Amino acid sequence: MSAQYVLKMDGISKEYFGNRVLNNVSLDVRPGEIHALMGENGAGKSTLMNILFGMPVIHNTGGFTGTVEFDGNPVNITSPQQAMELGIGMVHQEFMLIPGFTVTENIKVGREITKPTIASRIFGKSMERLDRPAMRADARKALDTIGLNIEDYVMVSGLPVGYMQFIEIAREIDKSNIKLLIFDEPTAVLTESEADRLLDAMRVIASKGIAIIFITHRLDEVIAVTDSMTVLRDGQLVKRVETKDTTAVSIAEMMIGRKVEKLLDEASDNRVIKDDDLMLKLRDFHVDMPGEVVKGIDLDVRRGEIFGIGGLAGQGKLGIANGIMGLYKTSGSVELDGVAVDTKELGDALKKGIGFVSEDRRGVGLLLDESIESNIVFSAMQIKGDFLTNLGITKLYSPRKGKKHTDEMIKALDIRCTGHDQPAGALSGGNQQKVCLARALTLNPKLLIVSEPTRGIDIGAKKLVIELLAKLNREQGMTVIMVSSELNELRSLCDRIAVVAEGKIAAIMKPDDSDAQFGLAMAGYKGGAE
Amino acid sequence: MGSKIKSVYKNIGLPRLIIFLFFILVVIGAYAYGLGLPALMGNVLRRWGMYGILVLAMVPAIQCGIGPNFGISLGIVCGLFGSLVSIELGVGAKVTASLVAGGTAAEAAANSGAWVSFGIAAFIALVLGAVVGVGYGLLLNRVKGSEMTVSTYVGFSIIAFMNIIWVILPFVNGDIIWPYGGKGARTTISLASTFGELLNRTLGFTLFNGEMEIPTGLLLFFFFICALVYIFMHSKTGIAMSAAGANPTFARASGINVDRMRILGTAISTALGALGIVVYAQAFGFLQMYNAPLMMGFHCVAAILIGGASTTRAKISHVIVGTFLFQGILVVALPVANKLFAGTDISDIMRIIVSNGIIIYALTKVKGGATNEE
Repeated sequence: MSAQYVLKMDGISKEYFGNRVLNNVSLDVRPGEIHALMGENGAGKSTLMNILFGMPVIHNTGGFTGTVEFDGNPVNITSPQQAMELGIGMVHQEFMLIPGFTVTENIKVGREITKPTIASRIFGKSMERLDRPAMRADARKALDTIGLNIEDYVMVSGLPVGYMQFIEIAREIDKSNIKLLIFDEPTAVLTESEADRLLDAMRVIASKGIAIIFITHRLDEVIAVTDSMTVLRDGQLVKRVETKDTTAVSIAEMMIGRKVEKLLDEASDNRVIKDDDLMLKLRDFHVDMPGEVVKGIDLDVRRGEIFGIGGLAGQGKLGIANGIMGLYKTSGSVELDGVAVDTKELGDALKKGIGFVSEDRRGVGLLLDESIESNIVFSAMQIKGDFLTNLGITKLYSPRKGKKHTDEMIKALDIRCTGHDQPAGALSGGNQQKVCLARALTLNPKLLIVSEPTRGIDIGAKKLVIELLAKLNREQGMTVIMVSSELNELRSLCDRIAVVAEGKIAAIMKPDDSDAQFGLAMAGYKGGAE
Repeated sequence: MGSKIKSVYKNIGLPRLIIFLFFILVVIGAYAYGLGLPALMGNVLRRWGMYGILVLAMVPAIQCGIGPNFGISLGIVCGLFGSLVSIELGVGAKVTASLVAGGTAAEAAANSGAWVSFGIAAFIALVLGAVVGVGYGLLLNRVKGSEMTVSTYVGFSIIAFMNIIWVILPFVNGDIIWPYGGKGARTTISLASTFGELLNRTLGFTLFNGEMEIPTGLLLFFFFICALVYIFMHSKTGIAMSAAGANPTFARASGINVDRMRILGTAISTALGALGIVVYAQAFGFLQMYNAPLMMGFHCVAAILIGGASTTRAKISHVIVGTFLFQGILVVALPVANKLFAGTDISDIMRIIVSNGIIIYALTKVKGGATNEE
């Protein structure tokens, strides 16, 4: 590995309308190195990448200061095309693939290999014929490089999400001049096994001398795969360190600048939970949720406890939560506090007193263009008729009541915003999650179901959300069901954890059961702790 | 201060600013050519109220998620039918006759009769529009994702279909049927003896020596209906409907039946379209049958988009601003253009370019979701 840098960004500063989002940041990447770019949401990672990529948003807002050197030469990148010509590639979080094209066509699109024909001699290059065998050979080579065992002639539509990510990568490394590849949170949408394969692929790519900038929230991945990292905090450069000289704990510390030990510091726990005082009772519960099928479970949740539901992606843990809320077709019985809930009737669970925070925050959880206020009061208004003024003939929304409640919630949950009328889409992930929680709490539920409450939010916000759930449980005695794929989170907060495998409950465990027991349960082995 | 100007500018938006400046420009042009500005401005106000409710019909449609309702012709034919029935029944005329017989002054009696026939027309229009709108909503629920295309063709088809119906409906009233042949509705039917210009005259007055007519009643009625729709959109059901349009899965998670909300929005839109054409016809003085409403949907869509609505979000203010600018430019720019390019047919060409150009512009501006990363 040569000490020469393939990318050297120096003294980068950027302001958006007088708001300084980057201040004298530098980023150096060596050839063939996997370099992590770390920071909380809003730390300036995206802005830095936008500058590197010459995105128009940078130049439309007054450009930036500082120097960029690529491959030893000072460059002034003014457009994404120029960045690509220099040899900078990007693997996007949302897939930029054409569903109706085959894998080969997606990999070679825009860079097709062609053969001259009679027509092309007369009409020019655009009439040349595609050299499909050569294209397929190229595609095969790229796919083999990253170890993706897939036929190159299948259509992209219908492939699993994990594969699409790999095809994107194959497309980037097929570019002959590629020198630097940016991975923008590539593992966020992947399952654990897919993520592992992706990390392997990254190592292979790096071994070919291509530098990688890896943006992610997952510390274990950073430790596992990277050579060095740059940590940003609030637009400032914290430090550039070699991965071997650091630990996950110290990275986390650098990122949020305060010590992270446990997600929950238990103060006092004087709850009395009785085994025969049930809040929720599921019997032979089936849910037909695509990709998260639940195949008949019996589950008892006691009043006042925090009950965790864990398991790998696609095993059905999300199906349980969504099924109870009536969002998918279900069978079996659901009883809340002794009252039957009709899961076939949309909204019945809400009416009977179950609050729900969806795992799909931006898709299901929020009206992104609407104000925080509209988002928070919506469910309670629709279900319980709160925040309305009765005019006799019709019931009108009362902005006065809504604003009062919203302001209370903003204060209680510490939602960082410019005010009750800020659009929910403009908030950071953690604050959006708090808005979702606020909406569920506005219903005054007996039982709160939170599904993946910490997905896609940074460590600091994660801790706040966990603490908030604990506080609701301890102080208000609210029963909470938390569905999460992060076992650590469940183990730090829950009283009992059900592990779901293949649509059934594999085991109900205690948080202090050993890692091995959890591992066995996740893999679907019956007969865990209880 | 700079940021304040910026935020005001952002609220208004570049397209509205350009169109507003263009409007000012043509007004200056009209003045320079000595085109009788007061009369023109009176005309602008009249067309504002005339088209207003038709444009307003776009709001529930856009908000409930079916997008701009190009199929507003469906509501329009309901309104035309309601008006025809009102004329055919002749209740207004009978009321007038009995009032005159009872000793009421002729003018007041005629006015009462006009109100009765307007009321009957509006009532039938609303009821029929709502019923047809429910069916239309059911149709649109089956074609989610391509509502705009489907509604455009529904709009065209219903006009063609009604062209047949207008001919074979067994009307006997002399105002409606062709004077010769005695069968089928005419292409234009005078409302002079029923409710023509009823709202325009109500509380109406003139300025500038009678040059500028202010259609007070018409505008008041328009604003009144706007207020009703505004109240509805801020009611529990209205908010649920908007949420169903903005994010169907979000609405579902709060226990809202999204399909039913879409039907409701479509029905209200169609009913408003039906009422809108009745108001339009009374201001115009004639019912325009057959192919006349063919392109009206496009003008309404153009007007609300010019007002700042997108294909997914619309507000009452967009209706009020958009209708004024759109109709204002058409009314004032056309005579100016005719003066400028004397002897050509430029005015009609311009009308087509402006209305279709605005639709294209707006469709290119369809925005995705908001982002939260910096």
